[in-house]
Amino acid sequence: MNKSTLIIVGILLIFGMYGCSSYNGLVGKDQDVKGKWANVQTQYQRRSDLIPNLVSTVKGAADFEKSTLTAVIQARASATAVNIKADELTPANIQKFQAAQDQLSGALSRLLVSVEKYPDLKANQNFLELQSQLEGTENRIAVARNDFNTSVQGYNSSALAFPTVIFAKIFGFAEKGFFQASDSAQAAPSVKF
Amino acid sequence: MVNHFTLSMFNRILIFLFLLQSFAFAQDIPQKPNPPRFVNDLVGGLLSQGEINQLEQKLKAYYDSTSTQVAIVIVKSVQPYDISEYAIKLGRDWGIGQKDKNNGVVFLWAPGDRKIFIATGYGAEGGLTDAYSKRIIETVVKPNFKQLRYYQGLDEATNSIFKYLSGEFDAEPIEEDDWGLVIFFIIFFIIIGLIFFGSKGGGNRGGGFVPYTTYTGWGSSSGGWSSDGGSSGGGGFDFGGGSFGGGGAGGDY
Repeated sequence: MNKSTLIIVGILLIFGMYGCSSYNGLVGKDQDVKGKWANVQTQYQRRSDLIPNLVSTVKGAADFEKSTLTAVIQARASATAVNIKADELTPANIQKFQAAQDQLSGALSRLLVSVEKYPDLKANQNFLELQSQLEGTENRIAVARNDFNTSVQGYNSSALAFPTVIFAKIFGFAEKGFFQASDSAQAAPSVKF
Repeated sequence: MVNHFTLSMFNRILIFLFLLQSFAFAQDIPQKPNPPRFVNDLVGGLLSQGEINQLEQKLKAYYDSTSTQVAIVIVKSVQPYDISEYAIKLGRDWGIGQKDKNNGVVFLWAPGDRKIFIATGYGAEGGLTDAYSKRIIETVVKPNFKQLRYYQGLDEATNSIFKYLSGEFDAEPIEEDDWGLVIFFIIFFIIIGLIFFGSKGGGNRGGGFVPYTTYTGWGSSSGGWSSDGGSSGGGGFDFGGGSFGGGGAGGDY
């Protein structure tokens, strides 16, 4: 036991303690991201659940364009097929998820635009309530996505910054993806009253 | 060299734009009022002071019995933001509703844009669904506002909100109870102390009256304190830190 061994032990101890605190910090942020992701999924699920109702209401209107309806139904099917687990929030996966959901947003907004041509549908109480629910869901999606992005930003800035990045690599905390503002997101059903 | 120069110029412009934007946003979402109020008319002239006070008292009474915080906010314009985004941000910034229940409701009215939005906190969404919010706006607010009956519109809209939320939330344990206990103990110890000192002070009859005089003195100072609370105008509560997740509905009139 001489001075240099003591110094090495000391450095290792500090390194280990720093590693522990970085690890705990990353775990906390990782959990936060997962929680926010669950909320994003819930809100998208909620939208998905509204669609069958919407479709059947719209179908009731006389000679409603079939192509618009089938586009919504198909987009819904492909959007629900893309399911991402909270452990796999890589940038590529998030992009895939977003692409599928944005396609559905686009199809929905086309449907709501074409409804304008059907006055009796626009006066239908059932339809109006569905419309307000759909709009509320879009707002919730926007909020959930925003919260998720903020959380991912916090996580990524720890997981990718030096020196935490060393421990993030050791313990396998990978970079997470977030939602991009896309053109079709801008065109999400914005209902005029 | 030229390249470097243009880059730094570009950066500066970017930073400037960023600051400008954040400044603009900070200006657009008004600060939480101090003391907090349920009716926040930041425009003026649309409601009389009496009408504001009536609404304030009604919302305060509703809060006292159900712990639900319904806030009316009137801003000139929400431009350039979407009114839903603005209402949700305001609700979150001010923390309307209880933290554990998220039972806040923001009734946002932007007369400059002729727009209204009812934003519901996470917890209030169950009772006051988006469809109900929409219905309140369509059937209660719009007809009144079109006739310039603003007070009636707000009065009836809040009644409808109460109706849909009825039975959802209970009153919070009232903090004044704690105060009552504290005051009781203070008085108790003062009396004990005075009796103790009074009996020590020779046991004459005059000493026996000391508690009364001191009690009155304390009572008047307590009156001063409570009148302070009263002068803060509809205060006596605080927004509880509730959060909003995008629920609600809006419309224009």
